[in-house]
This record gives sequence, C-alpha cells and structure tokens, in this order.
Amino acid sequence: MRTSDWGKDLVNQIMIGITGLCTLLTVGTLIFILGYLVYHGSAALSWSFFTQLPAPVGETGGGMANAIVGSGKVLLLATLIGIPIGFLGGVYLSEYGGKTFSFVVRYMTDLLNGVPSIVIGIVVYALVVHPMGHFSTFAGGVALGVMMIPISVRSTEEFLHAVPQSLREAALALGAPKWKAIVSVVIPAAMRGIISGTMLDLARVAGETAPLLFTALSNQFWSPGWNQPTATLPVMIFTYAIAPYDDWHRQAWAAGFVLLALVLSINIIARLALSRGTYVPKS
Amino acid sequence: MATTGALNQDALTPPSRGESFVRRFRADEELAYLVTLTAAAAVFLITALVWYELFAQSSLSRHKFGWGFLFTSTWDPIAGTFGALPFIYGTVVTSALALLIAVPQGLGAAIFLAEMAPPRISNALTFLIELLAAVPSVIYGLLGIFILVPILQKSVVPALKAVLGELPIFQGAFYGVSTFSAGIVLSVMILPFIVSVSREVLLSVPRDQREASLALGASQWQTTWRVVVPNASSGIMGSIFLALARALGETMAVTMVIGNTPQIKASLLAPGYSIAAVIANEFTEATGDLYLSALIELGLVLFGVTFVLNGLARILILTTSRGGAHS
Amino acid sequence: MKSLFDLRGKVAARNRFMALGVALLGLAGIATAALSLTGAGATFPYPMYSKWFNEYHKMHPDTEINYQSIGSGGGIKQVTEGTVDFGASDGPMNDQQIAEFKQKRGCDVLHFPTVLGADVPVYNLPGVTATLNFTPEALAGIFLGKITKWNDPEIQKPNPSVKLPNNDLVVVHRSDGSGTTYVWVDYLSKVSPAWKQKVGVGTSVNWPVGLGGKGNEGVSGQVKQTEYSIGYVELVYAIQNKFPYGNVRNQSGVFVKADLASVTAAAAASPNMPDDFRVSITNAPGKNSYPIASFTWLLVPSKIRDPAKKQAIVDFLHWMIGPGQKFTEALAYAQLPKQVAGQEEKAVSKIQ
Repeated sequence: MRTSDWGKDLVNQIMIGITGLCTLLTVGTLIFILGYLVYHGSAALSWSFFTQLPAPVGETGGGMANAIVGSGKVLLLATLIGIPIGFLGGVYLSEYGGKTFSFVVRYMTDLLNGVPSIVIGIVVYALVVHPMGHFSTFAGGVALGVMMIPISVRSTEEFLHAVPQSLREAALALGAPKWKAIVSVVIPAAMRGIISGTMLDLARVAGETAPLLFTALSNQFWSPGWNQPTATLPVMIFTYAIAPYDDWHRQAWAAGFVLLALVLSINIIARLALSRGTYVPKS
Repeated sequence: MATTGALNQDALTPPSRGESFVRRFRADEELAYLVTLTAAAAVFLITALVWYELFAQSSLSRHKFGWGFLFTSTWDPIAGTFGALPFIYGTVVTSALALLIAVPQGLGAAIFLAEMAPPRISNALTFLIELLAAVPSVIYGLLGIFILVPILQKSVVPALKAVLGELPIFQGAFYGVSTFSAGIVLSVMILPFIVSVSREVLLSVPRDQREASLALGASQWQTTWRVVVPNASSGIMGSIFLALARALGETMAVTMVIGNTPQIKASLLAPGYSIAAVIANEFTEATGDLYLSALIELGLVLFGVTFVLNGLARILILTTSRGGAHS
Repeated sequence: MKSLFDLRGKVAARNRFMALGVALLGLAGIATAALSLTGAGATFPYPMYSKWFNEYHKMHPDTEINYQSIGSGGGIKQVTEGTVDFGASDGPMNDQQIAEFKQKRGCDVLHFPTVLGADVPVYNLPGVTATLNFTPEALAGIFLGKITKWNDPEIQKPNPSVKLPNNDLVVVHRSDGSGTTYVWVDYLSKVSPAWKQKVGVGTSVNWPVGLGGKGNEGVSGQVKQTEYSIGYVELVYAIQNKFPYGNVRNQSGVFVKADLASVTAAAAASPNMPDDFRVSITNAPGKNSYPIASFTWLLVPSKIRDPAKKQAIVDFLHWMIGPGQKFTEALAYAQLPKQVAGQEEKAVSKIQ
C-alpha cells in the first residue's frame, strides 16, 4: 500500500513538472518572439522610418511612411465594411432570427471564417480588381473587410446572448417596441464586449498579408484616394525580408516591431476590458 | 439555456395606445428587422459567392484533369500539365509535423493550466499564450528566416542527423529552407489554439467527476489523466482539428521557409511546397487561363479540406461543452 | 415618467460616429493632383526602373509611376488582364500571349526595349572568392541535376587553380514566373539539346532540381543564406550584394565576365532588331560577347484610352530612350544601342 502511494505521488510530481514545462516552453516562446523583435526592431527604428518613402532599390535609407498610412487606410475601410455587416448580422441572429434561417446563416458564417486568407485574396481579385481594371486600396479593404465579418457576427451574437433575458422583458413590459428595447437596452449592455470583440477582429486582420498581395499590391509612392495600389506594412515586411539587401532586412525588423506593437496593444487592451466578462473569441 | 431575444411581440405590446402610434412603431420595427435581416443575408451571400467563384474559375482545370488532378505530381506550366500532389503532400506533411510537436506540448500546457496551476497564475499565463495567437503570420515568417533557419542549420539538424540520420526522414542535405522548418514554424503558430481551446474544454468537465476520483484516493495526475481528459476527449480532438485547419491555410510563414520546390521527397529536410504557398507565389503571374484555373482549383481543394475540418471541430467541441458527463 | 428610452442621445452619438467615419474616409480619399500610373513585371531591371521612376518623379512631381516587381510572368499577365497600365518582361511575349492580349484588350501590345542586362551565375562557396569559369555544359548539367558536386570534372576543368570542395551543389532558381528565367533557359536551350528537350523555354519551367526564390531578390537572398549554392540573377543584384559571380564561355570559346562592354558587344553582334523589338541575344557570336545577355522590355498597349495617362507614358518613353539612358551604367546595365534607340523613338508614335 505504501509503495503504491509513493509511486503514485512520484508520478504525480513528475507529471506536474512535465506539464509545467510544456507551459513554460509555450510562454517562453512568446517572450522570446517579443524580446527578439523589440531588440532588433527598436534598434532599427528611426525618424526616417516613419516619415520617408522607400528609397530606390539598392540604396540605403528611406522609410515606410506610405506603408503605415496605407495599412491605416485599408484597415479603416475594412472596419467600415466588415463591422456594420457583422454587427447587424449578429443582432439578427441573436434577437430576431427564425430557426432555420439562423442555423443556415451561422453555418455560412463559420464557413466564411474558415476560408484561408489567400483564397479570399483570389476571390476579391476576381470580383473587384479584375472588373475595376486595377489594384487598389479599395480592393484591399474589401478583402480584409470580408475577413472581419464572421468574427464580428459571432462575437456580437455571443455578447448579446449573454445579456440576461430579464433586461429585455423589463424593457418590453415598460412599453418599448422590440427594436427600441434592443437599441437602448440590450446593445448597450453588451457594448463593452462588442467593442472588445471588434478590436480583436481588427488586430487579427491588421497582420494579414496574403490577401493584400493580389488586391492592394504595393506602391513606392503615396497612394492618394482609394483607387491606387498602396503599400502596407505586412506586404513590405514580406518583400523586404526575402530580399538580399541588409538595409531592407533592417527595415523589415522595424516594420515587424511596429506591426507587432500595434497588434499586441490592441489585443491586450481588448482582452483586459473583456476579462471581467465571459466570452473571448478564439479565432 | 438562453433563447434568442425573439419574444412574442404581441403578448407584450401595451394595449391602450392609439392606432397610429402602434402603426408608427410597427413601421420602425419592420425597418430594424429588415436592416438586420439584410446584413445576415449579406453574410450568407458573400460566403456563397466565395464558393461560387472558386468553382466557376476552376472549371477549366477541373474539366481537363478531373479527379486525377489530386493525384498527379507534375506541375509544368509550359506543357500545361498541372497536378496537385506535391502541394497536397507538402501541406499535409508540414501540418502533420506541426501537430506532432504542438499537440503533446499544447495538451501538457492545457492540463497544467486547467488542472494544476492556481487560478490566478492560470489566467495570467493563458492570457499570455492567447497573445501568441495574435502574432501575424508574416512576423513568424520573419523570425523563421532569420532565427529559426540558421539555428536549425547550425545546431539542431546536425545533432538530429547524428542521432537519427539513418531514418529516411532525415536523409539528404539540409539547406535551411525545408518542410521541416515549415513544420516547426507552424507548430509554434498553432500551439496557442490547442492550449486555449483544450484548457476551456478541460475546465468545462464537471467538478463532481474530479471530486469523485479524488475521493477514491487517486492522485491529481491520475484524476486528470484517467477521468478528466477522457471526458474532454472529443473537445480536445476538436481543438486539434481547429489547429489543423489553421495550419493548412497558413501562407506567409510557410512560403518564407519551405523552399518553394514542388517535389515529393521522403526526407523532411528537403525543400517542399504547400498549396497556400504556391498560390501566393504564382497567382499574379499565371499566364494562360488553364494555369490560373489550376491555381484556383488548388484554392478550392484547400477550402474544401479546411471546411470539413472546421465542421468536425465544431461538432466535437460542442459535444464536450454540452457536458460530457457520464454517470 | 422619466423616459428610459432616450434615443436621441444614442442616435446623436451614432450619427456623430458615422460622420466621423465618413470624414475620415473623405480625408483619406482626397486625391492629390498627381497622375498615378501603375506598372508591374520584371525583377531583372527593377533596380533600374526603381531609380528611373524616382528620378522622373523628381523632375515631374505631378507624375508618379509606381512599379512593382512581381516577375515578368506577372507583368505579362497583369498587362493582358488590364489591371496595370504597362508591364515589363525580359522574356518577350510569345505569339500565343500576344494573341491573347489582342483578344482581351482589343489592341496590340508594343514591346519597348529599355536597357541591356545579363544573367550571371552567382555562388556561395565558403572559402572560394575567386571568379570561377563555367562552360555551357557545366551550367546545363548543374541545372539539369546531372552534375551534383562542386568538384565535378566539368566544373573543375576550366578552374585548375581553384580547389573545389566535394560538397553537393544546391541549385537555386525562381519560384515565380520570370524573364530572368526566360533568358537563362533560352541560353541553356541553345547550348544543350538535353535541356531543350527535357525542360524547354518559358518564364516558368518545370525545374528538375533546386530551391525556389521569389524574384531576383528572393534568389539572391536564398543564395546568400545557403552555403554551396548556385543561382542565376541579374548582374546588378550580384554587384549590389557583392556576390562572386562566374565567367561563362561564349561561342568563340572565351570565358567572358558579364559587364557593360561584354553585354554591349553581345547586342552589337546580334541579328538586326526586328520591327516589333522581340529578339534574343543569348549565345551571341563574337569573342567579346557575354553569352547570357538580354534586352528587357516595357509592354505597352497600343491604345490607351485615358489621354493623360497616354501622354505620361509617351513622355516617359521619350525620356527613357534619351536622357534616361545616362543612369544605366551606374547600375551596370548597358545602354540601348544607338540604332535601336532610333528605331524606338519612331515606334513610340504607334501608341494611340
């Protein structure tokens, strides 16, 4: 009896150790990634990185000012396309939906979420770039916007679901029509979660490269308006990283640092705001 | 179980208002309903459109090659012969390798975080691990090229070859970019999904299961391994499928470290190619409609596989969260 | 009763948000007065075009010519699809591609040579900084996968003073559709019947061996990272990255290094320039000629509907054929031969 106790405890201790090690390895990888990027990337940052256009190939210097602005524009458009559709769709599923249609819409949303981003790029090329006759910021925004929709739908629906039924009943009992109840009571109650979900959604598409390759292409100049190809941070990182020029590598690290800082800050803020809540979208 | 908010309007409309008032409210009601319905329908339509485009644009290639497309290994743009096998092989092998590395590690971490760590530490560490999921693919690619590949070239692979060099999977010269490198990068990328979903699934196993086991004298680990994990097994499988679906579709990190060579080799150290990577490299320049159509057919194949996996994953996760409690 | 449903505040807030969104959209969307042209294609002349368009923009601040190097295959494809204003390729379009262009765009595609460049074999051999000599048979054998070791007799023979190692060769080629590839395989097809039969000529071929890099940039990057590798890149990439690159034996039996003189000699020794400017100058005769040289072309539609764009392209072409040529030599590209330049000047008027 005592020996088997002893064996059991030993195994227990060992397994706690091993699983703890797994955790440490996982967390350690994150810290390593962050650390390396901060180390390399911040060393490469300079004022010119944020303010100058790229220099001609092979010459050192220049920066990624146009890529930073380009990313901003594409993401702005993506948000304006993806969030309204996603949000309103989520409201429908949560508050209005009939059984079969809701099931179908949820299924399709999951489908859309599972589409690899490169495939979205192909489809937007065929549907937007080709008919328009040129690559554009607009097409890039459409591609990222489509990617934002499924998460926005799911996240809105889940947060609205989490609002207690009693709130709705109280509003209706006081004489509000259903839409008013939703707009003034249910949605505000879920607002913190919905905004956090939106931010996480945004952070996720901010780092997407593949769909932009066929839609926004890139640009070594400023891209005025919405109809021109535009440089974006992720595409610049890709282009510069696979090239042989050391100066380009340096700039790729800087851009990687900026992109990661942006994405992680949004994530941290959103998740902290949510941590008092319940549902956090996984993917 | 919360229902949707769709309460019966008629039952709760206050009775004593004027006709026009009710009609006015009803009008806005219709509007709200229509607006949200349109949005939901838009989601439906967009997804259907994606499917449709993929099908339509790949029709040339599908009609020319039929099912043989999936089993042919020649990719020759000049001769006009296109076969998906090298890309399917590369995609499968890199993802399998990624799972092989990430599943034990991820499961171990999930078990630790769900069963063994104190709640505050568990929450804090989970928070950090979920941040890993937010790191963009191209940054993994950047780190892959400049850090992982040199480390593999200088230390890891020589050691591996010294010990396991007899195995066919470690034969041949190693140039840094390879299926092996891509598999390792992918494993880091899918780790957070496995950890996070498995942890939640484990946490959702009812307490009484654990308490009963501990009451019978089992140790913490015995309880975890023999009671909790089996209970959560379908959810854990679901997390694996989710992670796999994610790995299959990864583009940037893979194309930066896989070597971009459409070939099928037994050795993991040889360069390879994946479906997503070849599309990224060749799409903008596929001259000729058949070439383009073949690339889009590859996209269709990829989408089809991820679709099935995602569906299975959802089902598996749902069956666990609903309570895998057996009595 | 105090209203719980004060929507006005909410509506006002929502309206303000939407207004802000629209304002931001508008701000971001303000088009400056600049005329923007987009071109895409070859990576072979990318350093040259990058410099040219930069200089041209300095001279004409209202014109921006955005050039993206996505590979010659991409240039041909996108100009055919009409998603870019002009393309660029170092492999001239073949008859089938020209027919496809005419069918899709309803007009002809004009080839305008811009500069002369060369494909050079670059290698990363630890410990060897000497310039190696390569025979046509060596290059064909290496890229066919028949020659696998650095100290193979075919490579060692022309390099008696260099001790080549026994290591395996790592071949690096293009993973994307490439004019640089076109030039390289065009040359290999001319000197190796085995290559011509087994692989053939095109911008994207079925490579028997090797790793793929995206663009000249990717191949250079890959060679830089991989010991014992050999790849082919345009001359300027080798120079800018200080790679050792080999001499190649030409038709007359001389091992020639790629430089301005040898490339110019190759162009001069080649057949007369046809009217459509599509010509191959690989394996040129003459003892000073570098055998893997090529023109590179801008692909311009013969009908351009937008008059501002048309004028911009016409103006740029005139500048490029004339004053622009003085920028080429600093980047190791050879200038257009005088006769070709003259022919081109006249051809520019073909653009409607």
